[in-house]
This record gives sequence, C-alpha cells and structure tokens, in this order.
Amino acid sequence: MNRARHSRTLQIWLSVVALVMLAWTLFPVYYMLLLSFTPTNDLFRPGLYVDHPTVRNYVYTMGQDNPFVRYFWHQISNSLVIAVWAMVVVAAIAALGSFAMARINFRFRRFVSGLTLFTYVIPSSFLSIPFFRMMADYDLIDTKLAVVLAMVTFASPYALWVLSDYARSLPPELEEAGAIDGAGTFATFLYLYLPLIRPPLIAIGTYAFLYAWNEYLYALLLLTGEPRITLPVAMGNFLTTDNAPWNLLMAVSTVYSIPPVVLYYVFKRYLVSGLVSGAVSGT
Amino acid sequence: MRGRLLRSRTVHGFLFTAPLLALFAAFVIYPMSLGVWYALDADAYRALFSDPIFRQTVVNTLWYVGVAVNLKLVLALLLSGILDYPFRWIRLLAALFLIPWAIPALPGILSFRWMLNSQWGIFNYLLTVFGLPSVPWLAQYWTALGAVMVFHIWKYLPFWTIIFLAGRRAIPNELYEAAAIDGASGVQNFWHVTFPLLRNLYLICTLLSMVFTLGDFTVPWLMTGGAPGDSTHVLATLAYRYTFTMGRLEWGMATFAVALPATLGFIAMLLRWVKI
Repeated sequence: MNRARHSRTLQIWLSVVALVMLAWTLFPVYYMLLLSFTPTNDLFRPGLYVDHPTVRNYVYTMGQDNPFVRYFWHQISNSLVIAVWAMVVVAAIAALGSFAMARINFRFRRFVSGLTLFTYVIPSSFLSIPFFRMMADYDLIDTKLAVVLAMVTFASPYALWVLSDYARSLPPELEEAGAIDGAGTFATFLYLYLPLIRPPLIAIGTYAFLYAWNEYLYALLLLTGEPRITLPVAMGNFLTTDNAPWNLLMAVSTVYSIPPVVLYYVFKRYLVSGLVSGAVSGT
Repeated sequence: MRGRLLRSRTVHGFLFTAPLLALFAAFVIYPMSLGVWYALDADAYRALFSDPIFRQTVVNTLWYVGVAVNLKLVLALLLSGILDYPFRWIRLLAALFLIPWAIPALPGILSFRWMLNSQWGIFNYLLTVFGLPSVPWLAQYWTALGAVMVFHIWKYLPFWTIIFLAGRRAIPNELYEAAAIDGASGVQNFWHVTFPLLRNLYLICTLLSMVFTLGDFTVPWLMTGGAPGDSTHVLATLAYRYTFTMGRLEWGMATFAVALPATLGFIAMLLRWVKI
C-alpha cells in the first residue's frame, strides 16, 4: 500500500519532468515542421499552429521552383556523393587498421593508437585553415575529393576505435583457423576477419556517412559556386540575405534532416556504444 | 625464428595501418605543422592582443566552454537518472528525447533563429500576448551569446545523457540493494553510490566535450555570425573572419594557436585515461 503510493507520487513527479523535457526537446522541431507547412502570407503572423497548411514549400523545393532552391537536386546529390565516398573509404581504412590494432601485436601499436586519439580529439576547425591552404596549393579547391579527404580523416579515428573494440572480442581461433588452412595474414583478413566484423562495419559506415552529411565548416571552406556546394552550405547561404523565404528554408531543412534521423534511430545502439565502452573500459 | 616472427608481425602491423598513418601524416600532422609555422609570428600575436574583438572572443569562448558545457553535463547526469527508471513510458520518452541529437545542427539553428526573430519570432509574439515588452534576442550581446549556449545544450544534451545512462546501467544492482538495506535515500544513493562510480566517466566526458566545444564553428557562426557588431565571436568564427574576410591568414592561425596549449593539455590528460 505504502509502496504503491510511493511509486505513484514518483510517477507524478517523473511525468512533470518528462513533460518539461519533451516541450524543450520537441518544440524547435515542431516549429521547423510548422513553418515548412506555412504559406508565405501567414509567415509574418506568428502562432503555435498554422491556419491554412500547405505543401507548396515542398513542391517548390522538389521542383527547384524558386531562386533559393534553384540547385536543390545538385546540392543534395553533392552531399550524398561526398557522404557515400566518406562511408566507403572510412570503412575500408578502419577495417584494415582495426585488424592490425586488435589482432596483431606489432611494435608501433601504441604510437598508432595515440595518433588516432589525437586526431579524434583535436577540434577539426583547428586544422581547417591550413587544410584549406593545402588544398589550394594542390589545386583541389572546389572538388569533392578535398571534402572527402577531410571527412575521412576526421571520421576514421572513431571508426577505428569501435571496430578494434569489437575485433578484440573475437576468439583467438580466428588466426589459428587461418594458419591451419595455410592462409597468409591478408587472406585471413579478407576471408575470415571481414565477414565477422560486418555488423560494426555497417554501423561505422553509417557513422561516417552521417559525419559527412552533417559537415558544414569544411564544405563551406572548400566548395564554392551554387551547383557545387553541399546542401547545408546552401542553407547557410540563405542567411546572408535579408528576405530569405523562411518557410521554404524550413522545407529544405526538413528534407535534409530525414536521412540522418532515420539512420540515427536504426543504428542508435552502435553509434554510442563505441564511445561508452572506450570511456568506461579506459578507467 | 622468433626474431623473424616478430619482424613479420611488425611489417604486417605497419602494412595494415599504413593507409591510416598516411592519412594522419598528410592531413593532420602536416596541416598542424603548417599552421604552427604560420602562427610563429610575433606581430600576429601583438595584433591579436591589441584587438578588443579578440579579447572579447576569448571571454566568449570561456563562457561557451566553461558554462555551457558544464551546465549541459550536469543536466545530462541528472536526466540520465530519470531515463534509468524502469517504467515502460520512460523508453518512449528516451526515444523522443534523442531527436535533437539525430537532427543535424543546421536545421535546428535555423528553427531557433526564426523563433528568436525580434519582429516575427514566436518568443516575442508570446511575450506581447502576455503584455511583456519584446526582446531583441539576437541583436544584443547577452541574449545572443545565451542563444548560442542554449542551442548547444539543446543539441548535445541527449547524446551525453545517453552516455551517462550507459554508465549508470554498468553499475551493479547489488550496490543499490546494499544501500537500501542501510536505509539510504535517493539523494544518498546518488552521492555515495552513483556519483563515485561515474566520476571517471564524468571527468572524461567533461574533457572531451570541452575540447570539442573549444573548436566549435557551426553553432556560433550560424546562430549569430558574431553579431551584434562582432561581439559574440568564438575562436573558430573569429579565425574564419580574420582569414577569409580580412585576408589575414597568420592572424587566423594565431587565434587557434592561442588555444593550442590548453587543447594539448586536455589531450594529454585524456591519453592517460582512455585506451584504444
């Protein structure tokens, strides 16, 4: 009896906190969606709901039917191409690296792991200006390659971390099986190791994809020209004009947010576990 | 035989990590040295420290890194306790609470900016509905800097809450059972069981979050762009302004170089605690 009442007051308190949390979390998202369905006539009449919702902003965006979204499909495909390349290259580099880090007890391991942690921790913006200079020297400004290289560099450490952590939990019979079959180290990697690390490999590929998809600074520095920039850079450029069509901008924002939201919820578990296990086991 | 094995291990280890090492050498070590090279310019530092905007920027960065990050982590630690309750609806709450983490920063910032718009934003609309004077949120120093900090908390609170939640779940239940036998209250549980066991995790998260935030460009740049009147810059946005608006590459590099000792200190501490 007493216990039940205790639990009920607890639940009431929790629901109050939960309501505050939800209002705080969801309101900006709700407002973004609300604005994306607002007709231009109602844009300057603020409110908590919209009287005459419209999908026109999405139609304009999809049809590139406004000077602000003239290159929408170019820009979203630029984002996509960069993100896919980052995903593939990070997965390849981290798969190779994690095999060495987790399964081979070689001499420079501590050096590699220190360098990896350093790259993970150093804020990428600190390197942005010299990186820009380098790319200018090599005449790579305005190429997707420049952005992909930056994304691969900064997404690799975490990917290596997660994969190595997983690879260490694989049984030692892996190498023994390879040795019995007379397979060399590379064949062991390719035919025995790679199939086993598929689940975390998919997760870190997703991580790299999202990292590149969300990137703003490096894309801003390295790309110029409406048809060549990525979607977030184009959205940031909206802000430089005084008469930005905010309802249209929010429709673009919503479209831009859909892939990451879907991927985050599908791969949520993988995306946090690496950092947690790294931090917890490190103590 | 043994020597050959060791040598072949070293060769293989090197081969498998070669792409990674090449990447770090070319795009971390080299740009870093290039940056330090550019930043070795006494005139640049003299110019920076006599620039009132730079001094203001250092103060802003300290606010951002010192206050926003720590407030966020304290909240994350407390909220992770809420998400740890075993009620079924809490799972739904946790899932919804993660949305800001999943949405890229940019759409969120845009939404905040329109909400804070002094003429047509929802905040000023609600203020006038209640008969209060409207506030020029992004056009005055404290509220503009506050908006940057509040957005930072909105966007990154869920991530760190999940990290602490995982930390809490790793604490063996027996400890709480023992505390319950001793008649410990909820607050005592927190201070004598939960917090001591999460302390290391909390410290590492604080360090990591501080370093990440120290270099943040996207949030301050898109929220205020330094406005009003270049008063709300942080290091990264000021370096961008020096380099690309004013064409002073060495000033931009020197701006980052000022933060480098602190960053390297953080990294040294992390290297001691975290292993890959």
